[in-house]
Amino acid sequence: MNTIFQLVWLIPALPLIGFFINGLLRNQLPKAISGLIACGVLLGSFVLSVLVFLQVKAGAAQTVHLFDFINVGNLKIPFDFKIDQLSSLFLLIITGIGFLIHLYSTSYMHEETNGHFARYFSYLNLFVFSMLLLVMGANYVIMFIGWEGVGLCSYLLIGYWFKNVNYTAAAKKAFVMNRIGDLGFLLALFMMINQFGTLTYGDVFAKAGEASTTIITGITLLLFVGATGKSAQIPLYTWLPDAMAGPTPVSALIHAATMVTAGVYMIARSQALFVMAPVTTNIIAYIGLATALLAASIAIYQNDIKKVLAYSTVSQLGFMFLALGVGAYTTGVFHVMTHAFFKALLFLGAGSVIHAMSGEQDITKMGGLRKKIPITYITFLIGVLAIAGFPFTSGFFSKDEILVAAYEKSPILFWGGVIGAIMTAFYMFRLLFLTFFGSFRGTHDQEHHLHESPISMTFPLMVLAVLSLVGGLVQVPHIFGGHPYFNEFLAPVVNSVEHTGIETLEYALLGGTVVLLAAIIIMTFKKFSVDSADGEYTGFKKVLANKWYVDEVYDFIIVKPIRFLSKKILVFTENEVIDWLVNGVGRSVQWTSRQIRLVQSGQVGSYVLLMVLSILVFLGIQLLTKK
Amino acid sequence: MIPVLLIVIPLLSGLLGFFMKQEKLAKGWSLLSSLITMAVAISAYFTKDVTLLRSTHEWIPLMGSNFSVSVVDGMGRMLAILTGISFPLIFLATYNTNYTNGNRFHALMLLSQAGLMGVFVATDAMLFYFFWELALIPTYFLCSIWGGEKRIAVTFKFFIYTFIGSLLMLVGIIYLYYLTPDHSFALQAFYDLKLNNDQQGWLFWLFFIAFAIKMPIFPFHTWQPDAYEQAPTATTMVLSGIMVKMGVFAMLRWLIPIFPAAFWSWGDFISFLGMFGIVYASLLAMQQDDLKKLVAYSSIAHIGLMVLALVSTTDSGIQGVMIQMFNHGINIIGMWVVVALTERQFGTRKISELGGIAQKAPALTILLVVIAFANIGLPLTNAFIGEFLMFTGVFTSNVSQFNYIYTAVAGLGIILAAVYTLNMIQKVFFGNTNSITANGVDISFTEKLALSVLVIIILVVGVHPQPILDLTNDTTLSILNKMITKHP
Repeated sequence: MNTIFQLVWLIPALPLIGFFINGLLRNQLPKAISGLIACGVLLGSFVLSVLVFLQVKAGAAQTVHLFDFINVGNLKIPFDFKIDQLSSLFLLIITGIGFLIHLYSTSYMHEETNGHFARYFSYLNLFVFSMLLLVMGANYVIMFIGWEGVGLCSYLLIGYWFKNVNYTAAAKKAFVMNRIGDLGFLLALFMMINQFGTLTYGDVFAKAGEASTTIITGITLLLFVGATGKSAQIPLYTWLPDAMAGPTPVSALIHAATMVTAGVYMIARSQALFVMAPVTTNIIAYIGLATALLAASIAIYQNDIKKVLAYSTVSQLGFMFLALGVGAYTTGVFHVMTHAFFKALLFLGAGSVIHAMSGEQDITKMGGLRKKIPITYITFLIGVLAIAGFPFTSGFFSKDEILVAAYEKSPILFWGGVIGAIMTAFYMFRLLFLTFFGSFRGTHDQEHHLHESPISMTFPLMVLAVLSLVGGLVQVPHIFGGHPYFNEFLAPVVNSVEHTGIETLEYALLGGTVVLLAAIIIMTFKKFSVDSADGEYTGFKKVLANKWYVDEVYDFIIVKPIRFLSKKILVFTENEVIDWLVNGVGRSVQWTSRQIRLVQSGQVGSYVLLMVLSILVFLGIQLLTKK
Repeated sequence: MIPVLLIVIPLLSGLLGFFMKQEKLAKGWSLLSSLITMAVAISAYFTKDVTLLRSTHEWIPLMGSNFSVSVVDGMGRMLAILTGISFPLIFLATYNTNYTNGNRFHALMLLSQAGLMGVFVATDAMLFYFFWELALIPTYFLCSIWGGEKRIAVTFKFFIYTFIGSLLMLVGIIYLYYLTPDHSFALQAFYDLKLNNDQQGWLFWLFFIAFAIKMPIFPFHTWQPDAYEQAPTATTMVLSGIMVKMGVFAMLRWLIPIFPAAFWSWGDFISFLGMFGIVYASLLAMQQDDLKKLVAYSSIAHIGLMVLALVSTTDSGIQGVMIQMFNHGINIIGMWVVVALTERQFGTRKISELGGIAQKAPALTILLVVIAFANIGLPLTNAFIGEFLMFTGVFTSNVSQFNYIYTAVAGLGIILAAVYTLNMIQKVFFGNTNSITANGVDISFTEKLALSVLVIIILVVGVHPQPILDLTNDTTLSILNKMITKHP
């Protein structure tokens, strides 16, 4: 028994403690202390996670029992943590990147008052706590606790500036959309209880073979519905782009280290079920691809720096689900990791840009920033290269692996993925050139205030930039002289497909990537480094700029009919029909009482009094006649 | 001994309360009395000696009715504890509210508590009926004297509804009494009756309607939103926090065990009412502008799920109902406290007239947010445990072929609950202040204390529900036994 496993409960407990301290003492603590507490607890969790990771790497995976959560009849749901290769990897990502985001936030949020500053950090801590529960749980209920917990925290953080009605509306939308997915997740749990009588991973997977394909397909489809909510896939993705209403570091947290990766984690964790349901995995692959393409097409015409990044997240998540759908589970997880690096980097970089621009988010009003904020520029450039899949950056290895896996499954998925990758490169370089190249297009005041961010903000950027560059080296294909360490590490939990005889494809992808990227860079540079984006969008561009009008369509086919039903029909039924019937009974009683004319007052008081008196008289007689 | 104390303490202190002329004295007195009752109720949880937990005295020997009370049974004990905890919190939270003739108000509240305790501990049908009425009559007075503008009409409706229910139940009780071999009102004697399907068929409805009105189950619910709206808030807390549980409790103690066969044959019909009620009430809750009505419809939706789970005939379903009775009581009292504090300060309950309270009253907002998320069943709050178990019960139930449909449709309630609850929070607490809320202040210490206690209970039960589940386990098993053995 390793002592580190006895301390594993501290990994989520530390952020929880931070949440309570900052939450309860928010008005007493100075900013320095509350920031220190929030970052300190997370650093502690990170250190513990590293120790746990090393133990697991040495082959010491195990389940840690904390206490019995729910015991009813045959249903036993213990509060257990499963510490294995998959969860320990996520622990590193969550606590590591989470810590950098906390550190960055201490500067970014510095203008808030003490109370709000501490409130912000208490939410961040709670967010990390929920996400840790999600990945550490040894059964689906603990996962669900974290699953809804991150939903709650995103609600709190997106609506952090609660005076702004639009922001709180975005928060509400995020929570409700997630809840729709959560219902799917819950129904999957009930199906599992019904079928297997347990929700503990090991027992469920062991019994999976006994269930019929129909049942397994049902369970996996419902789980996937849950994933579409949390991981922003079609049809439940629309909350994520709106979620940028929260402070920018929050977007980094939601988009990179936590929350949206939950769906990928859940499916990778449930691999044993998904491999038995080819129908489901096919749906996942095509939904993933469709999401990747749809979101990428929208990102091309967005002018808000955070919106571009938000849609790029949706698109990249689509790639991850594409990987899961074609059976490349480790590849999906691999892309979660590399994406966590470069997306955290890009969002924090965007935060640094916004900080420098005195709050401006419109890239058409930026330009030429590379000389003013050089560290932000260089790190952001690295992030762009990584997400665009520039050769030998982290994103290159993970994205190529997805494409290779898709190629083996179907040409549609492969070519769709390639188109998605091209669009990604396009909108990211457009973003880069509009922001950092050309001449400054903002106001004079903004230009005057331009400044590089302090070290507490640039340090996380630099760390993440390094990770974005070299993070992919843990999984380099054989043809480049590498070795799949990543797959090997995960092998005990998540199986991976061995690709053989694909050297030609790998070379083709490398060559294609270089040529296409060069073309895109030249094209976008010519177009976007000189002047601003196109003016008024028309025609199809307008459709894209307006996000395919999906929000409007949802409003028309779902929200409006429900409102109508509720307002027109039900209120009528309730107030007119049912009440009329009831009052009819009341009227007839009144009528009868008038006819009898025993009690003429018509007041409730006298009825009641009469009744009480009768009871008392009745009881009195009984007592008196008692022998 | 303990159950007698639970009834006698509030009864006597309530009667004494009528003679206290100073309102302050009456307030302190009722708070003290309720604290003592709470201590006794909690002591019942730790008492192992069964002789202390029950007692029987002669009451009306001519009719074969005894004053027999017991909290040996886990469900009764849990609800006695809920009643015990709730009253001091209600008194504490409304401590700063003043009433004309405040002593009578508090005295009637205590009398109502005595009746409620009696309902939960009585093991004699006549005694049960007596306490059922004793709990209701003070609330009629409380509503009709201290209620809102439309109080007379609304109280009349409330009275008619519950009175009809009570009458039907009384007829049923007397009929059953004549069926018992030695003419007894004892609960056990009723349990031992061998009723044929015809008898079960119509007797069942006499009781069902009485209890369905109390819960309430759609379509017997229309008295409730009006009564909640018009009653003084402290009374609304009693009505919804505890009195609603009278209906659920009575179904579990009196209806299902005595008429299991009828439950089997009418299960789907009842489930349909429950399921329909969830969606119906949730959609109506979305339309409400009055905070009290919003909470009222939300409560009807929650009760709908309990109805579904009651019929499921599964461990998890019934255990879910048990723990949810406790949770619903705690959570809805919390909601009412927030509503009451908002109304007292700003003079309105209209969602459209409020806004931005979070800036002025952060403590109130934080406590509200926890309670509201408990109300929509977020994990690690108490209601999640209950809802999760109830849904599990409904889904895994094999008594109906429609159980998947019930679960899925009832599941819509989860989503709609998030919609209307978050809508309310957004409009009332977030956003900018207006002329009504601009000068708001945060809540006082006693109010913070009452809400904090509720929040702590919410979280503790949410993280560690097993003590309550263990408490009601025996009751659940015996109810299931009766249902299954009497399966036609």
